[in-house]
Amino acid sequence: MSAATATVTATDARIPLRGHLRHTGALIRRNLLWIKQDPESMFDALLMPVIFTLLFVYVFGGSIGQALGGGQHGYVQYVIPGMIAMMSMSLSQGVGTGFSQDFNSGVMDRFRSLPIGRGSVLFAKIAVELARMLFATTVLMIVAVLVGFDINNWAGLFATVGLSAVFASSIMWVFLTLGVVLKNAQSVQAMGFLVLFPLQFGSSIFAPTKTMPGWLRAFTDYNPLSTLADAARGLMVGGPVAHDLWVTLGWSVVITAVAAPYAIHKFRTKS
Amino acid sequence: MTRIDNNPSGGNTAVTVRGLVKHYGETKALDGVDLDVREGTVMGVLGPNGAGKTTLVRILSTLLAPTSGQATVAGYDVLGQPRQLRRVIGLTGQYASVDEKLPGWENLYMIGRLLDLPRKEARARADELLERFSLTDAAKRPASTYSGGMRRRLDLAASMIGRPEVLFLDEPTTGLDPRTRNEVWDEVKRMVAEGVTVLLTTQYMEEAEQLATELTVVDRGKVIAGGAIDELKAKVGGRTLRVRPADPQQLRPLAATLDELGITGLATTTVDTESGSVLVPILSDEQLTAVAGVVIAQGITISSITTELPSLDEVFLSLTGHRASAPRDAVPTNALEEVAV
Repeated sequence: MSAATATVTATDARIPLRGHLRHTGALIRRNLLWIKQDPESMFDALLMPVIFTLLFVYVFGGSIGQALGGGQHGYVQYVIPGMIAMMSMSLSQGVGTGFSQDFNSGVMDRFRSLPIGRGSVLFAKIAVELARMLFATTVLMIVAVLVGFDINNWAGLFATVGLSAVFASSIMWVFLTLGVVLKNAQSVQAMGFLVLFPLQFGSSIFAPTKTMPGWLRAFTDYNPLSTLADAARGLMVGGPVAHDLWVTLGWSVVITAVAAPYAIHKFRTKS
Repeated sequence: MTRIDNNPSGGNTAVTVRGLVKHYGETKALDGVDLDVREGTVMGVLGPNGAGKTTLVRILSTLLAPTSGQATVAGYDVLGQPRQLRRVIGLTGQYASVDEKLPGWENLYMIGRLLDLPRKEARARADELLERFSLTDAAKRPASTYSGGMRRRLDLAASMIGRPEVLFLDEPTTGLDPRTRNEVWDEVKRMVAEGVTVLLTTQYMEEAEQLATELTVVDRGKVIAGGAIDELKAKVGGRTLRVRPADPQQLRPLAATLDELGITGLATTTVDTESGSVLVPILSDEQLTAVAGVVIAQGITISSITTELPSLDEVFLSLTGHRASAPRDAVPTNALEEVAV
């Protein structure tokens, strides 16, 4: 038979940009419908900002505030920008567990047998997760104002939200990779916490790093969550911004450049 | 973009597989498979669990890259032209591949959009296919609330959105009850009537006989037999007539009489002592009538008389001389006892 010896000279069809947007749009709709079917999946985005803000402000706020020299009100001004940074990381994790569940159902086979770009499925997940994060940030700011946060700088607030979104979308690629590589959602969650906890608490999010031992400060100073929190403080409350802003953006670029191609590659070749 | 015209003499081939090999480490899931499916026909790929059926479908639908060998679907190479290939195929996997959290309609609309249908057309196509697969009433319910049969029908509908040229059905009725199985068969027959080429994997001879025009029997990653379904049926003895005398004492005399007469030319009458019946392989309705005539002429009272298609195990036994390498629960285990002729 001639087919066995025929050489394939034709190249494969490319997907135009409009096609990518259409596919990503259809998949975003799918992920939004999930939330509509299962509103409980929004509980974490709703409750996390409320509970964490109340906990930190009323449990630690008094004593750390005293040390900072501004009392509880002073601590609120310190911790709220940090909370935005923290949530960008905590909520990003959901992208990995959701993805892992997808893989364990047959629907991923269907997607991969359709003529769509492999990135579309991943981009849609990230877009919906960013929307969830925006919702959580709105909730956070409402609680923040209720516990005494002063919004003096709206431009700074929006810049902070933008910067958090940039950093979050980079870290989501890491969680997506975990979602593709690890066997089930539980492993993704467990692994996620191992990454999450040291980064969140070994940072300047909840308390200034001045009193920490030198070895820990070496870590916290380069922890992107510290720089994100410090940049957020500068933007929202006042103070130096440039250094922390550039370090955070640098981290985002590096993490995305490494994790995104790897996640897409793993997604493409996963059998 | 050029497609390979692999058979210029006419009678186009929709699927061509040459020397296809897939190894997972030491395991040879596919060990050199050749296969041709002509346009507009239904190819049944029959084999036990672990024979490589699913691996074959996954390679042909570009979900998996082969270790070596060549495969084209509708003229597109699985490795070189995956995107074009994906545009002309439909896939219904072994497990329903629909989004369980999404309502039926949303599942179909989403796939329509992913196949680049304009919004209006995607909506119309979703409505049309739900209607056709009798799912209109369940359109707004999440697929997780569907019964097994409804889910499989939704899966078939999803595979049909892009009006595929070639449809892959990987064990489409495994795990379904007999009534639902018939429903799915009817749907597949309708699709075939519309001119879709189908490659179907199955563990059931009955399913292959219902749907396929041609059959490829696979075992341990290799093709062990192939051809038109009637030829293969002749090879494996077609149906089996099961005659159960009311008096178990009559069992052996009846078997001996039938063997002596040799109506079917197949001297393999067996006695199934467990169920108390004589099994006679038959190739035609004439032979069936003749055997029934002998039974009546003998004056033996019969408590039941039924015809059965060969089980996968029996097909393997007659084709290869050994039993299928399937786990034992995949095949019925009849206590068969050969009668010396």
